[in-house]
Amino acid sequence: MTIATQDAFTTDDGRLIGPTLLEVKGITLKFGGVTAIENISFDIREGEVRAIIGPNGAGKSSMLNVINGFYHPQEGEVWFKNELRAPMKPYQIAYQGIARTFQNIALFKGMSTLDNIMTGRFTHMSSGILAQALWKGSAEREEFVNREKVERIIDFLEIQQIRKTEVGRLPYGLQKRVELGRALAAEPKLLLLDEPMAGMNVEEKEDMSRFILDVNEEFGTTVALIEHDMGVVMDIADRVVVMDYGKKIGDGTPVEIRKNQVVIDAYLGISHD
Amino acid sequence: MILFDPFFWEVFISGLLAGVMYALVALGFVLIFKASGIFNFAQGVLALFAALTLVGFQTGQVPFAHLLEAVFGLHVTHWGDGMPTVLALLLSLFVMIGLAWLIVKIVLRPLVNQEGIILFMATIGLAFVLEGVGDLMWGANVKRLDVGLPEGPSDFLLDHTGMFIEKLEISAAVVAMILVASLMLFSQYTKMGRALRAVADDHQAALSVGISLETIWWVVWSISGLVALVAGVMWGAKSGVQFSLSLIALKALPVLMLGGFTSIPGAIIGGLMIGVGEKMFEFYIGPMIGGATENWFAYMLALLFLLFRPQGLFGEKIIERV
Amino acid sequence: MIYREAGDFKTTYKADQETFPIRLDKVGFWLSVLIVVFVIPLFLNDYWEKAVFLPFFIYAIAAIGLNILTGYCGQVSLGTGGFMAVGAYSSYKLMTSFPNLDMFVVIICSGIVTAFVGILFGIPSLRIKGFYLAVATLASQFFLVWLFNKWEWTYNYSATGQITAPERDFLGVVVTGAYSAPWATYLFCFGFLFIFGWMARNLVRGHIGRSWMAIRDMDIAAEIIGVNPLKAKLSAFAISSFYIGVAGALYFSVWLGAAEPTEAFSIDKSFDVLFMIIIGGLGSMTGSIIGAAFIVLLPVVFKTVLVGLLGWPTDIAEFTQIILIGSLIIFFLIKEPHGIAALWRTLKQKLRLWPFPY
Repeated sequence: MTIATQDAFTTDDGRLIGPTLLEVKGITLKFGGVTAIENISFDIREGEVRAIIGPNGAGKSSMLNVINGFYHPQEGEVWFKNELRAPMKPYQIAYQGIARTFQNIALFKGMSTLDNIMTGRFTHMSSGILAQALWKGSAEREEFVNREKVERIIDFLEIQQIRKTEVGRLPYGLQKRVELGRALAAEPKLLLLDEPMAGMNVEEKEDMSRFILDVNEEFGTTVALIEHDMGVVMDIADRVVVMDYGKKIGDGTPVEIRKNQVVIDAYLGISHD
Repeated sequence: MILFDPFFWEVFISGLLAGVMYALVALGFVLIFKASGIFNFAQGVLALFAALTLVGFQTGQVPFAHLLEAVFGLHVTHWGDGMPTVLALLLSLFVMIGLAWLIVKIVLRPLVNQEGIILFMATIGLAFVLEGVGDLMWGANVKRLDVGLPEGPSDFLLDHTGMFIEKLEISAAVVAMILVASLMLFSQYTKMGRALRAVADDHQAALSVGISLETIWWVVWSISGLVALVAGVMWGAKSGVQFSLSLIALKALPVLMLGGFTSIPGAIIGGLMIGVGEKMFEFYIGPMIGGATENWFAYMLALLFLLFRPQGLFGEKIIERV
Repeated sequence: MIYREAGDFKTTYKADQETFPIRLDKVGFWLSVLIVVFVIPLFLNDYWEKAVFLPFFIYAIAAIGLNILTGYCGQVSLGTGGFMAVGAYSSYKLMTSFPNLDMFVVIICSGIVTAFVGILFGIPSLRIKGFYLAVATLASQFFLVWLFNKWEWTYNYSATGQITAPERDFLGVVVTGAYSAPWATYLFCFGFLFIFGWMARNLVRGHIGRSWMAIRDMDIAAEIIGVNPLKAKLSAFAISSFYIGVAGALYFSVWLGAAEPTEAFSIDKSFDVLFMIIIGGLGSMTGSIIGAAFIVLLPVVFKTVLVGLLGWPTDIAEFTQIILIGSLIIFFLIKEPHGIAALWRTLKQKLRLWPFPY
């Protein structure tokens, strides 16, 4: 079901939701004999928080990987900012303004928190090799401009005290926060979060939810997140896509999804056609 | 027509036989890699050490004689006339098994959870230690190795086909084939063999069914030590026991790259391919570009191969998951 | 308490970024530099120049180069010897073809040539990783040594196959050949180390250095944040090879004076430099320098103590040395994979608080 570009509207709590930012049309993804995603289409509107939910193995992470450019679907198209995406490598897609976090944390274990988040600024830094080798002048200035932005993110996420710690040594919850910081540092138009709350306790989940909402409200960043905790989804998502066995079985607001019998059946394990 | 040229066949068969030798060394690598994920750079030095020990026992050398002389002024180089070859072989095998135990305890256990590249570099360190110890124990001069294998060209082949092929190389091939066959039987049909395969598949799972990692590693390194002993004997009988023996390990690397690091048949086929390829290239193209191409041909071949098939012929495909 | 840091807080990013954030470190460093530049040359003799300082400076440059490739970018290379040969032979051809060229230019150009060769041999790294790459670099090592043996143009068709450095100068001061003064070669090499060491430090703390480390730690995630793996890896190969080429050029033209490929640039060299960065510290500039000092000084110490003092024969001293180096590698990999540099940092941490435990 494709939604043509619509006018922007304001939500109840004052956020501005714009036209379609990203749209996937008819995506089919296969690995050898296994079909991970079958003919899925949905859209993500600018400024909204879109949740992707579904039982394990539904193909949600694979969907994010397709949006990221890491997997190339056998069929289907990805439209970003109203343009059909040409075949691109993941690093080129990063320059388009899409950032993400990973289920199993993909931080650079040998670097500090600060350095990790600084890597997120990569797409915004461009000084050449010679300039960098000589340091004084343009390279140094660029470094400090970006360092300032990163420090603001560090303040925002309240991780000042672990700034210089090697991330490999941090506890799981903090690593997830650092990874979020790295994704934010890219100032993305679209932020993809793969189970950002996995393995967290109630307090940590509240913190993380607050960060996500703040990012969405303050910076207007569009967020798509994969999440298992239905409470979180109900609270923070504007719209939800439900996947099961690689197919889309629901698409609407959290309230609509909660009442959808097909979705309920899927979660209860009742087989459907 | 080239196929009727006896020189072609001579070079080809000579290549095959050299390939068998390479395969033998590569086998030691594959065994260790399969069971512990470690790329044992020291495999060649193990062969050298084994051969040195064998000769030492055979000729009745006193270990560390030179060192004892330097430090304490003791002038004893030999304790007698030596011992019969069979006994020397057995004792050398025991030494290799003991060495395997030491290696597991001192080097492997402390590094158990480290990444592959760290373990690889540790084996480089190990290679150096073993080389130094071997030299210190038995002396660094070139030694002649004689285990009673037939020498000289095969008269039978020479008379009937005009090909000049060393009997030694034929024996080496036969021994290698027996060794490989026994190893395959061992791994398929014995309890220990099953355990080795389990560990090669999944360390955690093997641990959870009660297999002791340390024991397995000891067994694997001992078997590798046996393979090293055989390789050392074969190479040593052919060209004398000297430092360059350890450089054979370096040659085994392209073999592994071709055949994949985890496959026993791959090591064999890779070895044969490299052996034949090297000899052919040197014989036919070498003279046009100055010769001595055997120094690098194997690596270039493996490199080109890897570009098209990064996991080798039989290796497991590396799948990246995010 | 020896190491005072109270009240040493940083108020600007610039201050935080400094190479020597602790005042004592900074003072210590510049003092050492002053001693190296002004004091030591006064007492320098041929032995110390040739046996200690020149190899130290030159290997330090090579170690920095290899560390960039292997320690920072995670691409293991066993081809260092071959690349040093490229630098050496480039310098030879430049010196003999352009006799009026200043040595500084010769060395830099040699480095640039090596950088290009490095890019060529680095291309496989885009498909091949880990051990496989290490083995692939062996191809470059063996091939390059063979090339410089067989390709007569590179040694100007000399019958011996050897190359000898003709006398050349830097800004009028002779730095190559038999009549170069020890203090001249010493300062020349140190100058390269100082300038290029500084530049290397700058490279690794900026976004290029971070892109290298990202590739090393998780190349898939690196791609996702926008790092082009091709660019990152090849830049690491290029810059690393530049440094190694410079080291090779200095090694031949300033230090050895004459060379022949099989002996001077064998795989032993590749291992030597690799050991320097393992023992010194992977991913650490200080580590590269410490490691170089260590590997250069060890044989000298061994020779002086074991042979000179204890009267042991030289071959035993050699074997013991090999055993020691091998054991140290294993030791460092077990205890402190980040090498002496990390041990030094830990020591400094302890010194900060000494005599208090916390």
